[in-house]
Amino acid sequence: MNLRINFSSGVPIYLQLMEQIKHAVETGAIRAGEQLPTIRKIAEELTMNPNTVARAYRALEREGIVEVRHGLGVFVAGPQSSAAKTAEIRKAGEVLRSAMEKGMALDLSESELRRVFEEELSRLQEKAATTKRQT
Amino acid sequence: MNEQLIETHGLSKSYRGTPALRGLNLAVPRGSICGFLGRNGAGKTTTLKLLLGMLRPDAGEIRLFGEAVETEASSIAARRRIGFVSEDKELYPFMNVGQTIRFTRPFFPGWRRDLEERYLELFRLPLGKAVPKLSKGMRTQLMLLLAMARGAELLLMDEPTSGLDPAMTEDILRALADSAASGETTIFFSSHQLAEVEQICDRVCIIDEGQAVIDGELDELKSQYRRILLVFDGLPPRELSGLTGIDHLRQRGRTASLLAHGDVDTLVEHARSLGPNSVEVRPVTLKELFLDHVRGE
Repeated sequence: MNLRINFSSGVPIYLQLMEQIKHAVETGAIRAGEQLPTIRKIAEELTMNPNTVARAYRALEREGIVEVRHGLGVFVAGPQSSAAKTAEIRKAGEVLRSAMEKGMALDLSESELRRVFEEELSRLQEKAATTKRQT
Repeated sequence: MNEQLIETHGLSKSYRGTPALRGLNLAVPRGSICGFLGRNGAGKTTTLKLLLGMLRPDAGEIRLFGEAVETEASSIAARRRIGFVSEDKELYPFMNVGQTIRFTRPFFPGWRRDLEERYLELFRLPLGKAVPKLSKGMRTQLMLLLAMARGAELLLMDEPTSGLDPAMTEDILRALADSAASGETTIFFSSHQLAEVEQICDRVCIIDEGQAVIDGELDELKSQYRRILLVFDGLPPRELSGLTGIDHLRQRGRTASLLAHGDVDTLVEHARSLGPNSVEVRPVTLKELFLDHVRGE
């Protein structure tokens, strides 16, 4: 993992660190189950504040990207980790909420909204089923 | 966890009627590395001297390790737990590095041989070299080693890297990061180097004319503050300066530059209602925060 921080930018340093670790996970530079460097190691290698590294790890843990195993270290979370799932569900909820708010602004009733949602969901399921059959 | 190792309330000090500190409020939590920034004469050295008991305040309160420092005895008790690395680096000139360490060791029952060895290795200090022959950076490193090895919980430093080359500076910053990572040391240092403060500190305090104008977590400040750039058809409308939530406003020709924190979205909405041709919202660097706060308008 090749971490590089731009200390003089206006972007909070813990966010820069989070983005780079996420990127390393997405590109497969580090994989599920693998251990990440300790807080101390990152702080020393990048000559940066250890509390800031800890803050990035805490935020990544909340997002379900990493798992802190106490006494062992920080590991890349598996795709099925429950924290990751929770974060995804929360994210989906946010997307849906704004869609539903738009629907409500169009004066749709609750039952009409529910019907739209279910229709779209079954359409997606059908589509997924056909593509599966084709492959 | 959030215990404050340094706290000052309304700290004031004058020299022959000239105020150096005018009600300084400061808070440094345990485990943090706090950079203390300000222009020359802003009151940084006075603050450090007051914290070290080298001066007495005219007014206000100092609390160190959670205890009020009011008497000589309480000041001495606090100073036992503080390591000070100063600009004028007081070391005995007739000793070499090894002798200085061996001489200092027995004064401190809590001396940490492990830290002594770790920093000797990190700094690659030549044990046999006479103190007067050490470079400025090596002298700082030796003082840092002595302060850390005696087990100081709080490290106060007055411009520890001034006049050092980049490699030497990096070694010192790495030692600070290392000691903060152990969770045993809290560090408060004055500096003119914004770059090193950004790199190593999780907190900053900016002092101007004897008062703290910024005091907080660096990443929080970066999250809260925004620069809003507005371009108008003609001169920016006068109503602009009346908008609430502007920390600093600078106008040049048809453009206006606003520094703001807190509810930036609302401010942007209000600014938009004044009909600018373009609105741009940018993150703010420590350098901008510093210059906007100490220059005044």
